[in-house]
Amino acid sequence: MSGILARRRQKLLALKALRTAPAPAETETCPACGAGLPRREWVRSLSVCPRCGFHRPVGAYYRLSMVLDRGTFRELDAELCSADPLDFPGYRDKLAQARRRTGMGEGVVTALGRIGGRRAAVGALESGFFMGSMSAALGEKVTRLVERAEKDRLPLILFSASGGARMQEGILSLMQMAKTAAAVERFSRKGGLYISVLTHPTTGGVTASFASLGDILLAEPGALIGFAGPRVIEQTIGEKLPEGFQRAEYLLEHGFLDAVVPRAQLRETLIRLLALHGKGAASHG
Amino acid sequence: MAERTAAERVALARHPDRPGTPEFIGTLFTDFFEQRGDRLCGDDRAILGGAALFHGRPVTVLGTRKGRAIEERVACRFGMPSPEGYRKVQRLVRQAEKFRRPVIAFVDTAGAYPGREAEEHGQGEAIASTLALMSGLTVPVVSVFTGEGGSGGALALGVANRVLMLENAVYSVLSPEGFAAILWKDAARAEEACEVMKLTAADLLELKAADEVLPEPPGGAHTDPAALMATVDAALVRSLAALSRTAPAALAAQRYRRFRALGAAAVRKERA
Repeated sequence: MSGILARRRQKLLALKALRTAPAPAETETCPACGAGLPRREWVRSLSVCPRCGFHRPVGAYYRLSMVLDRGTFRELDAELCSADPLDFPGYRDKLAQARRRTGMGEGVVTALGRIGGRRAAVGALESGFFMGSMSAALGEKVTRLVERAEKDRLPLILFSASGGARMQEGILSLMQMAKTAAAVERFSRKGGLYISVLTHPTTGGVTASFASLGDILLAEPGALIGFAGPRVIEQTIGEKLPEGFQRAEYLLEHGFLDAVVPRAQLRETLIRLLALHGKGAASHG
Repeated sequence: MAERTAAERVALARHPDRPGTPEFIGTLFTDFFEQRGDRLCGDDRAILGGAALFHGRPVTVLGTRKGRAIEERVACRFGMPSPEGYRKVQRLVRQAEKFRRPVIAFVDTAGAYPGREAEEHGQGEAIASTLALMSGLTVPVVSVFTGEGGSGGALALGVANRVLMLENAVYSVLSPEGFAAILWKDAARAEEACEVMKLTAADLLELKAADEVLPEPPGGAHTDPAALMATVDAALVRSLAALSRTAPAALAAQRYRRFRALGAAAVRKERA
Protein backbone atom coordinates (compact mmCIF):
# COMPACT_ATOMS: atom_id res chain seq x y z
CA MET A 1 0.00 0.00 0.00
CA SER A 2 1.24 3.46 -0.81
CA GLY A 3 2.57 5.39 2.18
CA ILE A 4 0.78 8.61 1.32
CA LEU A 5 -2.58 6.89 1.00
CA ALA A 6 -2.04 5.03 4.24
CA ARG A 7 -1.20 8.25 6.06
CA ARG A 8 -4.20 9.96 4.59
CA ARG A 9 -6.49 7.12 5.66
CA GLN A 10 -5.01 7.18 9.13
CA LYS A 11 -5.55 10.91 9.39
CA LEU A 12 -9.13 10.59 8.16
CA LEU A 13 -9.92 7.84 10.64
CA ALA A 14 -8.33 9.84 13.45
CA LEU A 15 -10.40 12.88 12.54
CA LYS A 16 -13.60 10.87 12.37
CA ALA A 17 -12.75 9.17 15.64
CA LEU A 18 -12.32 12.55 17.31
CA ARG A 19 -15.77 13.62 16.27
CA THR A 20 -17.47 10.98 18.42
CA ALA A 21 -14.82 10.92 21.14
CA PRO A 22 -15.56 12.39 24.58
CA ALA A 23 -15.96 16.19 24.72
CA PRO A 24 -12.60 17.93 24.99
CA ALA A 25 -13.05 19.29 28.49
CA GLU A 26 -9.94 19.65 30.61
CA THR A 27 -11.01 17.13 33.21
CA GLU A 28 -13.53 14.36 32.77
CA THR A 29 -15.27 12.49 35.51
CA CYS A 30 -15.57 8.70 35.53
CA PRO A 31 -19.29 7.89 35.50
CA ALA A 32 -18.64 4.84 37.68
CA CYS A 33 -16.27 5.95 40.47
CA GLY A 34 -16.43 9.72 40.07
CA ALA A 35 -12.69 10.14 39.69
CA GLY A 36 -11.81 13.30 37.77
CA LEU A 37 -9.03 12.72 35.28
CA PRO A 38 -7.32 14.88 32.69
CA ARG A 39 -8.53 14.18 29.21
CA ARG A 40 -5.11 13.06 27.96
CA GLU A 41 -5.16 10.32 30.59
CA TRP A 42 -8.50 9.08 29.29
CA VAL A 43 -7.09 9.01 25.78
CA ARG A 44 -4.01 7.13 26.91
CA SER A 45 -6.12 4.54 28.69
CA LEU A 46 -8.50 4.02 25.73
CA SER A 47 -11.36 5.55 27.75
CA VAL A 48 -10.98 2.99 30.52
CA CYS A 49 -10.90 4.53 33.99
CA PRO A 50 -7.38 3.99 35.41
CA ARG A 51 -8.82 4.03 38.95
CA CYS A 52 -11.77 1.62 38.77
CA GLY A 53 -11.42 -0.02 35.35
CA PHE A 54 -14.79 1.22 34.08
CA HIS A 55 -15.00 0.89 30.30
CA ARG A 56 -16.63 4.01 28.90
CA PRO A 57 -18.53 3.49 25.66
CA VAL A 58 -16.53 4.71 22.65
CA GLY A 59 -17.59 5.79 19.17
CA ALA A 60 -17.46 3.46 16.20
CA TYR A 61 -14.57 5.17 14.38
CA TYR A 62 -12.57 5.43 17.57
CA ARG A 63 -13.28 1.77 18.25
CA LEU A 64 -11.93 0.72 14.87
CA SER A 65 -8.90 3.00 15.20
CA MET A 66 -8.02 1.12 18.40
CA VAL A 67 -7.77 -2.27 16.73
CA LEU A 68 -6.78 -1.68 13.11
CA ASP A 69 -3.20 -1.34 11.90
CA ARG A 70 -2.38 2.30 11.22
CA GLY A 71 -3.32 3.47 7.78
CA THR A 72 -5.27 0.39 6.72
CA PHE A 73 -8.84 1.64 7.33
CA ARG A 74 -10.94 1.68 4.17
CA GLU A 75 -14.56 2.50 4.83
CA LEU A 76 -17.36 0.73 2.94
CA ASP A 77 -20.85 1.98 2.11
CA ALA A 78 -20.39 5.22 4.06
CA GLU A 79 -23.11 6.84 1.98
CA LEU A 80 -25.87 4.39 2.99
CA CYS A 81 -28.51 5.85 5.26
CA SER A 82 -32.13 5.46 6.27
CA ALA A 83 -34.88 6.50 3.87
CA ASP A 84 -37.60 6.72 6.57
CA PRO A 85 -39.55 3.83 5.01
CA LEU A 86 -42.70 4.19 7.14
CA ASP A 87 -42.81 7.97 6.85
CA PHE A 88 -42.74 8.02 10.63
CA PRO A 89 -43.66 11.33 12.31
CA GLY A 90 -40.57 13.27 13.38
CA TYR A 91 -38.11 10.58 12.33
CA ARG A 92 -36.50 12.50 9.49
CA ASP A 93 -35.56 15.41 11.73
CA LYS A 94 -34.09 13.12 14.34
CA LEU A 95 -32.07 11.33 11.66
CA ALA A 96 -30.69 14.63 10.42
CA GLN A 97 -29.70 15.57 13.97
CA ALA A 98 -27.98 12.25 14.57
CA ARG A 99 -26.11 12.55 11.30
CA ARG A 100 -24.95 16.06 12.10
CA ARG A 101 -23.86 15.11 15.59
CA THR A 102 -21.93 11.96 14.63
CA GLY A 103 -20.89 12.70 11.07
CA MET A 104 -22.17 9.25 10.20
CA GLY A 105 -24.87 8.22 7.74
CA GLU A 106 -26.07 5.37 9.92
CA GLY A 107 -25.35 3.66 13.22
CA VAL A 108 -22.62 1.35 11.99
CA VAL A 109 -19.22 1.84 10.38
CA THR A 110 -18.06 -0.97 8.11
CA ALA A 111 -14.61 -1.22 6.62
CA LEU A 112 -11.81 -3.33 5.30
CA GLY A 113 -8.51 -3.14 7.10
CA ARG A 114 -5.66 -5.05 8.61
CA ILE A 115 -5.14 -6.30 12.13
CA GLY A 116 -1.61 -7.43 12.93
CA GLY A 117 -0.97 -7.50 9.19
CA ARG A 118 -3.94 -9.72 8.40
CA ARG A 119 -6.75 -8.44 6.24
CA ALA A 120 -10.19 -8.43 7.81
CA ALA A 121 -13.72 -7.16 7.24
CA VAL A 122 -14.61 -5.11 10.31
CA GLY A 123 -17.60 -3.22 11.60
CA ALA A 124 -18.58 -1.28 14.70
CA LEU A 125 -21.99 -0.12 15.84
CA GLU A 126 -22.29 3.42 17.11
CA SER A 127 -24.24 3.79 20.34
CA GLY A 128 -24.38 7.56 19.78
CA PHE A 129 -26.53 7.08 16.67
CA PHE A 130 -30.08 6.14 17.74
CA MET A 131 -28.41 3.93 20.36
CA GLY A 132 -27.04 1.69 17.62
CA SER A 133 -30.54 0.47 16.94
CA MET A 134 -31.22 -1.73 13.96
CA SER A 135 -32.53 0.21 10.99
CA ALA A 136 -32.88 -1.24 7.52
CA ALA A 137 -29.77 0.72 6.51
CA LEU A 138 -27.79 -0.64 9.45
CA GLY A 139 -28.91 -4.17 8.61
CA GLU A 140 -28.02 -3.59 4.99
CA LYS A 141 -24.51 -2.35 5.84
CA VAL A 142 -23.86 -5.29 8.14
CA THR A 143 -25.18 -7.73 5.54
CA ARG A 144 -23.01 -6.19 2.82
CA LEU A 145 -19.99 -6.47 5.08
CA VAL A 146 -20.67 -10.16 5.74
CA GLU A 147 -21.17 -10.78 2.03
CA ARG A 148 -17.97 -8.90 1.27
CA ALA A 149 -16.09 -11.03 3.79
CA GLU A 150 -17.49 -14.12 2.11
CA LYS A 151 -16.57 -12.95 -1.36
CA ASP A 152 -13.04 -11.85 -0.44
CA ARG A 153 -12.55 -14.74 2.00
CA LEU A 154 -11.76 -12.50 4.90
CA PRO A 155 -12.32 -13.03 8.61
CA LEU A 156 -15.21 -10.96 9.94
CA ILE A 157 -15.01 -8.93 13.14
CA LEU A 158 -18.02 -7.01 14.42
CA PHE A 159 -18.25 -4.80 17.51
CA SER A 160 -21.82 -4.57 18.72
CA ALA A 161 -23.44 -1.85 20.81
CA SER A 162 -27.17 -1.54 20.41
CA GLY A 163 -30.37 -0.67 22.18
CA GLY A 164 -32.26 -3.09 19.91
CA ALA A 165 -34.79 -2.33 17.22
CA ARG A 166 -35.26 1.02 15.46
CA MET A 167 -38.87 1.66 16.47
CA GLN A 168 -39.41 4.18 13.69
CA GLU A 169 -38.78 1.52 11.03
CA GLY A 170 -41.18 -1.01 12.53
CA ILE A 171 -41.32 -4.42 10.92
CA LEU A 172 -38.48 -3.57 8.52
CA SER A 173 -36.24 -3.18 11.55
CA LEU A 174 -37.30 -6.62 12.75
CA MET A 175 -36.63 -8.16 9.34
CA GLN A 176 -32.97 -7.11 9.57
CA MET A 177 -32.52 -9.74 12.26
CA ALA A 178 -33.41 -12.49 9.79
CA LYS A 179 -31.42 -10.84 7.02
CA THR A 180 -28.18 -10.46 9.00
CA ALA A 181 -28.50 -13.88 10.66
CA ALA A 182 -28.99 -15.50 7.26
CA ALA A 183 -25.91 -13.73 5.88
CA VAL A 184 -23.78 -14.86 8.84
CA GLU A 185 -25.08 -18.42 8.46
CA ARG A 186 -24.12 -18.50 4.79
CA PHE A 187 -20.69 -17.07 5.56
CA SER A 188 -20.22 -19.62 8.33
CA ARG A 189 -21.20 -22.56 6.10
CA LYS A 190 -18.52 -21.48 3.67
CA GLY A 191 -15.99 -21.76 6.49
CA GLY A 192 -15.60 -18.09 7.33
CA LEU A 193 -14.31 -17.01 10.73
CA TYR A 194 -16.52 -14.53 12.59
CA ILE A 195 -15.42 -12.91 15.84
CA SER A 196 -18.21 -11.00 17.57
CA VAL A 197 -17.23 -8.49 20.25
CA LEU A 198 -20.09 -7.40 22.50
CA THR A 199 -19.71 -3.96 24.04
CA HIS A 200 -21.86 -1.97 26.40
CA PRO A 201 -24.78 -2.17 25.88
CA THR A 202 -25.84 -4.90 23.43
CA THR A 203 -29.51 -5.77 23.70
CA GLY A 204 -32.66 -6.71 21.81
CA GLY A 205 -32.61 -7.58 18.13
CA VAL A 206 -28.87 -7.23 17.73
CA THR A 207 -28.22 -9.69 20.57
CA ALA A 208 -30.85 -11.99 19.06
CA SER A 209 -29.24 -11.97 15.63
CA PHE A 210 -25.73 -11.39 14.27
CA ALA A 211 -24.08 -10.43 17.58
CA SER A 212 -24.70 -13.87 19.10
CA LEU A 213 -23.66 -15.85 16.04
CA GLY A 214 -19.89 -15.47 16.18
CA ASP A 215 -17.58 -18.48 16.20
CA ILE A 216 -15.89 -16.59 19.00
CA LEU A 217 -17.84 -14.33 21.34
CA LEU A 218 -15.87 -11.75 23.31
CA ALA A 219 -17.14 -8.98 25.54
CA GLU A 220 -15.73 -5.96 27.30
CA PRO A 221 -15.74 -5.98 31.12
CA GLY A 222 -19.01 -4.84 32.63
CA ALA A 223 -20.87 -4.71 29.32
CA LEU A 224 -24.63 -5.16 29.60
CA ILE A 225 -25.67 -7.93 27.21
CA GLY A 226 -29.14 -9.35 26.92
CA PHE A 227 -32.30 -9.81 24.92
CA ALA A 228 -34.89 -8.16 27.14
CA GLY A 229 -33.89 -5.08 29.10
CA PRO A 230 -33.53 -5.39 32.89
CA ARG A 231 -36.46 -3.06 33.55
CA VAL A 232 -38.83 -5.10 31.38
CA ILE A 233 -37.75 -8.27 33.17
CA GLU A 234 -38.25 -6.76 36.62
CA GLN A 235 -41.73 -5.64 35.62
CA THR A 236 -42.55 -9.10 34.24
CA ILE A 237 -41.34 -11.20 37.14
CA GLY A 238 -42.00 -8.64 39.85
CA GLU A 239 -38.72 -9.09 41.66
CA LYS A 240 -35.31 -7.47 41.80
CA LEU A 241 -32.62 -8.94 39.59
CA PRO A 242 -29.38 -10.19 41.14
CA GLU A 243 -26.25 -8.07 41.24
CA GLY A 244 -24.35 -8.21 37.98
CA PHE A 245 -27.29 -9.68 36.03
CA GLN A 246 -26.73 -9.54 32.24
CA ARG A 247 -23.20 -8.20 32.70
CA ALA A 248 -20.38 -9.70 30.64
CA GLU A 249 -18.97 -11.59 33.64
CA TYR A 250 -22.43 -13.05 34.36
CA LEU A 251 -22.78 -14.26 30.78
CA LEU A 252 -19.33 -15.78 30.90
CA GLU A 253 -20.36 -17.81 33.96
CA HIS A 254 -23.55 -18.93 32.24
CA GLY A 255 -21.72 -20.18 29.19
CA PHE A 256 -22.54 -17.53 26.61
CA LEU A 257 -19.11 -15.98 26.05
CA ASP A 258 -15.65 -17.28 25.28
CA ALA A 259 -13.88 -14.52 27.17
CA VAL A 260 -14.20 -11.13 28.79
CA VAL A 261 -11.38 -9.03 27.38
CA PRO A 262 -10.27 -5.66 28.77
CA ARG A 263 -10.06 -3.01 26.10
CA ALA A 264 -6.29 -2.67 26.40
CA GLN A 265 -5.90 -6.35 25.43
CA LEU A 266 -8.50 -6.42 22.69
CA ARG A 267 -6.21 -5.79 19.72
CA GLU A 268 -3.66 -8.36 20.88
CA THR A 269 -6.44 -10.88 21.49
CA LEU A 270 -7.80 -10.40 17.97
CA ILE A 271 -4.33 -10.79 16.47
CA ARG A 272 -3.88 -14.02 18.42
CA LEU A 273 -7.27 -15.37 17.36
CA LEU A 274 -6.68 -14.55 13.70
CA ALA A 275 -3.34 -16.35 13.88
CA LEU A 276 -4.93 -19.36 15.59
CA HIS A 277 -7.30 -19.76 12.69
CA GLY A 278 -4.38 -19.50 10.32
CA LYS A 279 -5.39 -20.20 6.79
CA GLY A 280 -8.91 -21.00 7.87
CA ALA A 281 -9.41 -17.36 8.66
CA ALA A 282 -8.44 -16.19 5.22
CA SER A 283 -8.93 -18.87 2.61
CA HIS A 284 -12.29 -20.48 3.24
CA GLY A 285 -14.69 -21.45 0.50
CA MET B 1 -62.44 -7.62 3.80
CA ALA B 2 -64.03 -5.67 6.62
CA GLU B 3 -62.73 -2.17 7.28
CA ARG B 4 -61.27 -2.01 10.74
CA THR B 5 -58.82 0.21 12.52
CA ALA B 6 -55.44 -1.26 13.38
CA ALA B 7 -56.36 -1.17 17.09
CA GLU B 8 -59.52 -3.18 16.37
CA ARG B 9 -57.46 -5.77 14.55
CA VAL B 10 -55.02 -5.97 17.46
CA ALA B 11 -58.00 -6.67 19.75
CA LEU B 12 -59.25 -9.40 17.40
CA ALA B 13 -55.76 -10.88 17.10
CA ARG B 14 -55.71 -11.17 20.89
CA HIS B 15 -59.28 -12.45 21.26
CA PRO B 16 -59.31 -15.25 23.86
CA ASP B 17 -61.44 -17.51 21.63
CA ARG B 18 -59.26 -17.10 18.58
CA PRO B 19 -58.13 -20.48 17.17
CA GLY B 20 -54.54 -21.22 18.10
CA THR B 21 -51.82 -23.66 17.11
CA PRO B 22 -53.47 -26.69 18.85
CA GLU B 23 -56.69 -26.09 16.90
CA PHE B 24 -54.90 -25.66 13.58
CA ILE B 25 -52.85 -28.80 14.14
CA GLY B 26 -55.87 -30.76 15.36
CA THR B 27 -58.07 -29.78 12.43
CA LEU B 28 -55.74 -29.58 9.44
CA PHE B 29 -53.38 -32.47 10.18
CA THR B 30 -53.76 -36.16 10.92
CA ASP B 31 -51.66 -38.53 13.02
CA PHE B 32 -49.96 -35.68 14.88
CA PHE B 33 -47.22 -37.04 17.12
CA GLU B 34 -46.10 -34.41 19.59
CA GLN B 35 -42.36 -34.27 20.12
CA ARG B 36 -41.34 -32.73 23.39
CA GLY B 37 -38.15 -31.38 24.85
CA ASP B 38 -35.04 -29.64 23.62
CA ARG B 39 -32.69 -32.53 24.62
CA LEU B 40 -30.65 -30.02 26.61
CA CYS B 41 -32.54 -29.20 29.76
CA GLY B 42 -36.26 -28.73 29.37
CA ASP B 43 -39.55 -28.75 27.53
CA ASP B 44 -41.25 -25.45 26.83
CA ARG B 45 -45.03 -25.78 26.73
CA ALA B 46 -45.24 -22.49 24.83
CA ILE B 47 -44.01 -24.36 21.76
CA LEU B 48 -46.08 -27.23 20.40
CA GLY B 49 -44.65 -29.31 17.59
CA GLY B 50 -44.02 -32.69 16.06
CA ALA B 51 -44.49 -34.88 13.02
CA ALA B 52 -47.86 -35.20 11.32
CA LEU B 53 -49.54 -35.90 8.00
CA PHE B 54 -50.87 -33.06 5.88
CA HIS B 55 -53.19 -34.47 3.22
CA GLY B 56 -51.38 -37.76 3.65
CA ARG B 57 -47.90 -36.29 3.37
CA PRO B 58 -45.42 -36.32 6.29
CA VAL B 59 -44.59 -32.82 7.54
CA THR B 60 -43.11 -31.17 10.60
CA VAL B 61 -45.66 -28.87 12.16
CA LEU B 62 -45.00 -26.54 15.05
CA GLY B 63 -46.14 -23.30 16.57
CA THR B 64 -46.52 -21.16 19.62
CA ARG B 65 -49.20 -22.09 22.16
CA LYS B 66 -51.00 -19.62 24.42
CA GLY B 67 -53.13 -22.14 26.30
CA ARG B 68 -56.86 -22.02 27.11
CA ALA B 69 -57.62 -22.74 30.77
CA ILE B 70 -55.75 -20.53 33.21
CA GLU B 71 -53.44 -23.33 34.43
CA GLU B 72 -52.48 -24.10 30.86
CA ARG B 73 -52.00 -20.43 30.06
CA VAL B 74 -49.62 -20.07 32.97
CA ALA B 75 -47.76 -23.25 31.97
CA CYS B 76 -47.38 -21.80 28.47
CA ARG B 77 -46.44 -18.39 29.91
CA PHE B 78 -49.25 -16.98 27.77
CA GLY B 79 -47.57 -18.10 24.60
CA MET B 80 -44.19 -16.52 25.20
CA PRO B 81 -41.45 -19.06 24.45
CA SER B 82 -38.29 -19.52 26.46
CA PRO B 83 -34.89 -20.52 25.03
CA GLU B 84 -35.89 -24.17 25.60
CA GLY B 85 -38.79 -23.57 23.22
CA TYR B 86 -36.59 -22.17 20.47
CA ARG B 87 -34.13 -25.02 20.92
CA LYS B 88 -37.02 -27.47 20.60
CA VAL B 89 -37.92 -25.72 17.34
CA GLN B 90 -34.32 -26.18 16.19
CA ARG B 91 -34.41 -29.86 17.03
CA LEU B 92 -37.64 -30.33 15.09
CA VAL B 93 -36.57 -28.46 11.98
CA ARG B 94 -33.25 -30.32 11.89
CA GLN B 95 -35.29 -33.51 11.77
CA ALA B 96 -37.47 -32.04 9.06
CA GLU B 97 -34.31 -31.40 7.05
CA LYS B 98 -33.04 -34.92 7.74
CA PHE B 99 -36.29 -36.64 6.74
CA ARG B 100 -37.04 -34.17 3.94
CA ARG B 101 -40.33 -33.02 5.47
CA PRO B 102 -41.75 -29.57 4.77
CA VAL B 103 -42.03 -27.32 7.83
CA ILE B 104 -45.29 -25.58 8.66
CA ALA B 105 -45.21 -23.06 11.51
CA PHE B 106 -48.10 -21.29 13.22
CA VAL B 107 -47.20 -18.07 14.97
CA ASP B 108 -49.26 -16.37 17.65
CA THR B 109 -47.10 -14.83 20.35
CA ALA B 110 -46.61 -11.49 22.02
CA GLY B 111 -42.90 -12.26 21.89
CA ALA B 112 -40.17 -14.24 23.58
CA TYR B 113 -40.52 -14.46 27.36
CA PRO B 114 -38.65 -11.66 29.12
CA GLY B 115 -37.67 -13.46 32.32
CA ARG B 116 -34.62 -13.97 34.45
CA GLU B 117 -34.17 -17.65 33.60
CA ALA B 118 -34.85 -17.00 29.93
CA GLU B 119 -31.94 -14.55 29.90
CA GLU B 120 -29.70 -16.88 31.89
CA HIS B 121 -30.44 -19.65 29.40
CA GLY B 122 -29.55 -17.42 26.47
CA GLN B 123 -32.76 -16.09 24.97
CA GLY B 124 -30.80 -13.93 22.52
CA GLU B 125 -28.57 -16.78 21.40
CA ALA B 126 -31.55 -19.15 21.11
CA ILE B 127 -33.44 -16.78 18.81
CA ALA B 128 -30.35 -15.87 16.79
CA SER B 129 -29.39 -19.47 16.14
CA THR B 130 -32.99 -20.35 15.24
CA LEU B 131 -33.02 -17.55 12.65
CA ALA B 132 -29.72 -18.77 11.24
CA LEU B 133 -30.81 -22.41 11.11
CA MET B 134 -34.19 -21.66 9.52
CA SER B 135 -32.53 -19.49 6.88
CA GLY B 136 -30.46 -22.37 5.58
CA LEU B 137 -33.05 -25.17 5.48
CA THR B 138 -33.38 -26.96 2.16
CA VAL B 139 -36.97 -28.11 2.72
CA PRO B 140 -40.03 -25.90 2.15
CA VAL B 141 -40.96 -23.67 5.10
CA VAL B 142 -44.37 -21.99 5.32
CA SER B 143 -45.25 -19.77 8.27
CA VAL B 144 -48.79 -18.73 9.11
CA PHE B 145 -49.22 -15.71 11.38
CA THR B 146 -52.54 -16.40 13.04
CA GLY B 147 -52.82 -13.79 15.79
CA GLU B 148 -50.13 -11.73 17.44
CA GLY B 149 -46.69 -11.65 15.90
CA GLY B 150 -44.46 -9.91 18.36
CA SER B 151 -40.79 -9.14 17.88
CA GLY B 152 -37.90 -11.53 17.44
CA GLY B 153 -39.79 -14.18 19.36
CA ALA B 154 -42.26 -14.41 16.47
CA LEU B 155 -39.71 -13.89 13.71
CA ALA B 156 -37.79 -16.97 14.86
CA LEU B 157 -40.70 -19.05 13.54
CA GLY B 158 -41.18 -16.82 10.53
CA VAL B 159 -38.02 -17.30 8.46
CA ALA B 160 -40.03 -19.02 5.76
CA ASN B 161 -40.24 -19.34 2.00
CA ARG B 162 -43.78 -18.06 2.25
CA VAL B 163 -45.27 -16.01 5.05
CA LEU B 164 -49.06 -16.09 5.24
CA MET B 165 -51.07 -13.83 7.50
CA LEU B 166 -54.66 -14.06 8.61
CA GLU B 167 -56.61 -10.91 7.81
CA ASN B 168 -56.73 -9.73 11.42
CA ALA B 169 -53.35 -11.01 12.49
CA VAL B 170 -50.73 -8.41 13.36
CA TYR B 171 -46.95 -8.57 13.19
CA SER B 172 -44.70 -5.93 14.65
CA VAL B 173 -41.31 -5.11 16.05
CA LEU B 174 -42.79 -4.80 19.53
CA SER B 175 -46.22 -4.78 21.18
CA PRO B 176 -48.10 -1.49 20.72
CA GLU B 177 -47.88 -1.00 24.51
CA GLY B 178 -44.12 -1.52 24.52
CA PHE B 179 -43.73 0.68 21.47
CA ALA B 180 -45.65 3.56 23.10
CA ALA B 181 -43.68 3.11 26.33
CA ILE B 182 -40.32 3.27 24.57
CA LEU B 183 -41.03 5.99 22.05
CA TRP B 184 -43.39 8.23 23.99
CA LYS B 185 -42.75 7.02 27.56
CA ASP B 186 -46.48 6.36 27.84
CA ALA B 187 -47.88 2.82 27.46
CA ALA B 188 -51.41 4.24 27.57
CA ARG B 189 -50.93 5.58 24.05
CA ALA B 190 -51.01 2.02 22.66
CA GLU B 191 -54.02 2.66 20.46
CA GLU B 192 -52.25 5.56 18.79
CA ALA B 193 -49.19 3.34 18.37
CA CYS B 194 -51.27 0.73 16.51
CA GLU B 195 -52.04 3.27 13.81
CA VAL B 196 -48.48 4.45 13.14
CA MET B 197 -46.74 1.07 13.51
CA LYS B 198 -47.99 -0.43 10.21
CA LEU B 199 -48.63 -3.78 11.81
CA THR B 200 -51.74 -5.06 10.03
CA ALA B 201 -51.67 -7.88 7.48
CA ALA B 202 -52.39 -5.40 4.69
CA ASP B 203 -49.46 -3.20 5.81
CA LEU B 204 -47.13 -6.18 5.97
CA LEU B 205 -48.17 -7.30 2.52
CA GLU B 206 -47.37 -3.86 1.18
CA LEU B 207 -43.97 -3.88 2.90
CA LYS B 208 -43.38 -7.39 1.52
CA ALA B 209 -42.86 -8.85 4.98
CA ALA B 210 -45.92 -11.03 4.24
CA ASP B 211 -46.64 -12.80 0.95
CA GLU B 212 -50.37 -13.46 1.23
CA VAL B 213 -53.29 -12.35 3.38
CA LEU B 214 -55.93 -14.96 4.17
CA PRO B 215 -59.47 -13.59 4.62
CA GLU B 216 -61.23 -14.29 7.90
CA PRO B 217 -64.96 -14.74 8.54
CA PRO B 218 -66.67 -11.31 8.80
CA GLY B 219 -66.73 -11.28 12.62
CA GLY B 220 -63.13 -12.53 12.95
CA ALA B 221 -61.49 -15.95 13.03
CA HIS B 222 -63.24 -17.13 16.19
CA THR B 223 -66.77 -16.54 14.86
CA ASP B 224 -66.59 -19.28 12.24
CA PRO B 225 -63.63 -21.58 12.86
CA ALA B 226 -64.73 -24.11 10.22
CA ALA B 227 -64.65 -21.53 7.45
CA LEU B 228 -61.30 -20.24 8.68
CA MET B 229 -59.78 -23.72 8.72
CA ALA B 230 -60.92 -24.33 5.14
CA THR B 231 -59.23 -21.09 4.05
CA VAL B 232 -55.96 -21.92 5.81
CA ASP B 233 -56.02 -25.48 4.50
CA ALA B 234 -56.40 -24.34 0.91
CA ALA B 235 -53.64 -21.75 1.31
CA LEU B 236 -51.23 -24.31 2.74
CA VAL B 237 -52.00 -26.79 -0.04
CA ARG B 238 -51.32 -24.07 -2.63
CA SER B 239 -48.10 -22.90 -0.98
CA LEU B 240 -46.67 -26.38 -0.49
CA ALA B 241 -47.56 -27.44 -4.01
CA ALA B 242 -45.60 -24.52 -5.44
CA LEU B 243 -42.61 -25.00 -3.11
CA SER B 244 -42.47 -28.77 -3.59
CA ARG B 245 -41.52 -28.23 -7.21
CA THR B 246 -38.48 -26.22 -6.15
CA ALA B 247 -35.07 -27.90 -5.77
CA PRO B 248 -33.62 -28.10 -2.22
CA ALA B 249 -30.77 -25.64 -2.78
CA ALA B 250 -33.12 -23.27 -4.59
CA LEU B 251 -35.44 -23.26 -1.56
CA ALA B 252 -32.65 -22.01 0.69
CA ALA B 253 -31.61 -19.50 -1.97
CA GLN B 254 -35.16 -18.22 -2.41
CA ARG B 255 -35.55 -17.77 1.35
CA TYR B 256 -32.24 -15.92 1.51
CA ARG B 257 -33.25 -13.58 -1.30
CA ARG B 258 -36.67 -13.03 0.23
CA PHE B 259 -35.21 -11.66 3.47
CA ARG B 260 -32.17 -10.10 1.80
CA ALA B 261 -34.48 -7.82 -0.16
CA LEU B 262 -36.45 -6.60 2.85
CA GLY B 263 -35.77 -3.00 3.57
CA ALA B 264 -33.99 -2.37 0.27
CA ALA B 265 -36.34 0.54 -0.36
CA ALA B 266 -35.68 1.79 3.17
CA VAL B 267 -32.10 2.64 2.32
CA ARG B 268 -30.83 5.58 0.34
CA LYS B 269 -27.44 6.90 -0.59
CA GLU B 270 -26.22 10.26 0.52
CA ARG B 271 -22.82 11.71 1.24
CA ALA B 272 -22.48 12.38 4.93
